[in-house]
Amino acid sequence: MSDTHAESVAYVRDTMLPEKEPPGREVGAIKWMRENLFSGWFNAILTIVSLYVIGWILLHLAPWFTHMVWNAGSLSECREIRDELWGPDQTFSCFAVIRDRWQQLLYGFYPAELYWRANLAFVLFLVAIAPVLFSGLPRKMLYFSVLYPFVMFWLVWGGSIWLPLMVIAGFGLGALAFVLASRVNGLVAVIVAALVPVLWWLYLAGPIATDLQRIAPLAIQQVASKDLGGFMISLILGITGIAFSLPLGILLALGRQSDLFIVKGICVGFIEFIRGVPLITLLFVASLLLNYFLPPGTNFDIILRVMIMVTLFASAYMAEVIRGGLAALPTGQYEAADALGLDYWKAQRLIIMPQALKISIPGIVNTFIGLFKDTTLVMFIGIFDMLGLTNAIRATTDWNGIYWELFIFVGVVFFVFCYSMSRYSQYLERKLNTEHR
Amino acid sequence: MTTESDPATGSFRLSQLIYDTRYRSITIQVIATIAFMLIAWELITNTVENLARLGKPFEFGFLWDRAGYDINQRPIEYSNDSTHFRAWMVGLVNTLIVAVLGCILATIVGVIAGVLRLSKNWLTARLMSIYVEGFRNVPVLLWIIAFFAILTEATPAPNTFRGEDAENSMLFGSSVAITNRGTYIPRMLFGEGSALVVIVFLLSLLGIWAYNRWSHRRFEATGQTMPNLWIRLAILILPTLIIYLALGRPIGLEYPELRGFNFQGGLQVRNSFIALWLALSLYTGAFIAEIVRAGILAISKGQTEAAYALGLRPGRTMNLVILPQALRVIVPPLISQYLNLTKNSSLALAVGYMDLRSTLGGITLNQTGRELECMLLMMANYLVISLIISAAMNVYNSSVKLKER
Repeated sequence: MSDTHAESVAYVRDTMLPEKEPPGREVGAIKWMRENLFSGWFNAILTIVSLYVIGWILLHLAPWFTHMVWNAGSLSECREIRDELWGPDQTFSCFAVIRDRWQQLLYGFYPAELYWRANLAFVLFLVAIAPVLFSGLPRKMLYFSVLYPFVMFWLVWGGSIWLPLMVIAGFGLGALAFVLASRVNGLVAVIVAALVPVLWWLYLAGPIATDLQRIAPLAIQQVASKDLGGFMISLILGITGIAFSLPLGILLALGRQSDLFIVKGICVGFIEFIRGVPLITLLFVASLLLNYFLPPGTNFDIILRVMIMVTLFASAYMAEVIRGGLAALPTGQYEAADALGLDYWKAQRLIIMPQALKISIPGIVNTFIGLFKDTTLVMFIGIFDMLGLTNAIRATTDWNGIYWELFIFVGVVFFVFCYSMSRYSQYLERKLNTEHR
Repeated sequence: MTTESDPATGSFRLSQLIYDTRYRSITIQVIATIAFMLIAWELITNTVENLARLGKPFEFGFLWDRAGYDINQRPIEYSNDSTHFRAWMVGLVNTLIVAVLGCILATIVGVIAGVLRLSKNWLTARLMSIYVEGFRNVPVLLWIIAFFAILTEATPAPNTFRGEDAENSMLFGSSVAITNRGTYIPRMLFGEGSALVVIVFLLSLLGIWAYNRWSHRRFEATGQTMPNLWIRLAILILPTLIIYLALGRPIGLEYPELRGFNFQGGLQVRNSFIALWLALSLYTGAFIAEIVRAGILAISKGQTEAAYALGLRPGRTMNLVILPQALRVIVPPLISQYLNLTKNSSLALAVGYMDLRSTLGGITLNQTGRELECMLLMMANYLVISLIISAAMNVYNSSVKLKER
């Protein structure tokens, strides 16, 4: 039948037509713009408003970046150079202040001949953090990461090497006591392992370190806490806070989930109290009130006090983040761990925590970022971090009246660190994502 | 039923306190209690001893002494003859003012930025990403100080508004002047009978609520909708307007005027307040934008498709299907952002805004030397605010919790 049909129609095409170019408005930049910028009247308005905003910002910033002065000793010198090059009344930026004072902004009042120590501490920090961040590196590097806080303390503050060594010895004694006592019983071992180092640090570590220093004087030049400042102090506070708040936060979260009502009560009270008050009040407690709470006559370093407060503050937030992770785990996971006959700590270590921590990575990193940004608050209790130093620099006659260049510098430094932290957390989330989609 | 593996009951040995999981929890609790008591005892005795040594009694009588300092923003009656207690209250109200206004602005900014970041418009989405990342990754203290610097350094002095062809002019038909001494806005003057207008306005709010209930019930019963928006607007505006005109316009506006070296009249909004308010709002707004974005993304696309399949229009899909589910994800972190904003308002110190921290925890503390009492009161204040907000959040959470059967 088909052949009769072929005869009944006038014309049948027997070759394919060559492919044609798509219409002009469906290709390239025009298509992209039609789809992404002008897909409807509302989108078109949005585009125009956005362009206006961008244009406005650029218009105000442009003279600022085209008229930059990098070589000058003071603001008035900057202005002279400006008058010479572009004429008076021109908007300009005087980044010479950064060139002049960047060392102070980064290191505070740290002795200039000792900058290498701060730099070394920073480089070693990168070495220490690398195996924690990237699992591809040899696991043995983690031993150095554990030792790093003591190395940093010694490099930054200087003084006798015996003091940090004695503090390490405390941990060693604790581990030893734990091994010995765990032959008796697990609970006893935990208590002994907690008590021995505390007693060691309180009563023995100090005198022994002094004696050893007398026998074998191994010391580098000491730097007083009041000389620390700038971005360095933010980094130091941030690193110690991050390093100690995570384990403390895990313990608090477990305590809050526990069935033991007294332990639970203490943990809930602590977390809610810390989360309920601003960090700045806690810092003031550290600087004003701590002397009331300690035995008369004791006086310890302001930076150490701030470190403790910042760590406690972050650990309360950390505990809440991890509690969220714990709550998100299905009950089946707990039951499965019980069914395997794992005890509480084994179940936490092998089954619960790896999953709970993975769920809470974004929250944990957000807490880290928040903690790092909050280190700027120490400016209120007389520690010169970068923001405090901008005030100090502005107070000098040379740089009186300079604002934006300093703010931009501080902002950019913080942005780089915080933004890379958040990018890293996104990378980690993708890497640990075991869901198959 | 007892199985053979069960330990024999009835005979309690002391070693069970350590070895038996049933009794071990008691041991741990007792140890925790003792440790806690010891630490608390140590702190309290130390404090008592230290206070005695310094000759400072622990009492709050100083709150009724004359404060003797001025506060530049006084929402409630205050002069330097008032008591420290009064100063504390002024500070508390100032904190609440900036916190509430900040929460409102931050929500508006955050919702707009969060929705626009998801927009199909490439340029707008990028612009919002820059805003969010820029504000989130820089300390809020820097933003506060920077905004304050912008307001005091980059705004004109009042005397540039003078003369026929002045360098600067007031905005909105000479009612708002932005100067380096603060922003001057019109002030409301409440004349005779204004109370009645306010009462009528509040009653009309109540009327809207009643109308909503009636209209909803009618919709449920008959399936017919009313032009709700117009009726609500009419209830909101008409009665108040009528009584306002009938009473001969009792509420007026006082405009700021340039007299002498400065603006007189109107309401002076200090730069410290504006800087704090804007910086806190924009900073928190960036976080809220992320929360809103996450909330909208959390609703699976199937929900939208199902709504379309039922024949709902996009607007109704948003209102009836997406928003109720997204809000459940959005509201808890949103409220914790409000909490953060309230706590961050204590950074007012950096720009000299007289909040709780600057009055009670600042000048009062320095004048009286009562660190312990002032800090305790201040912490209690913040704690109470936080606990109230958390309690409200818990109520909300339990009301929108997924009803599992």
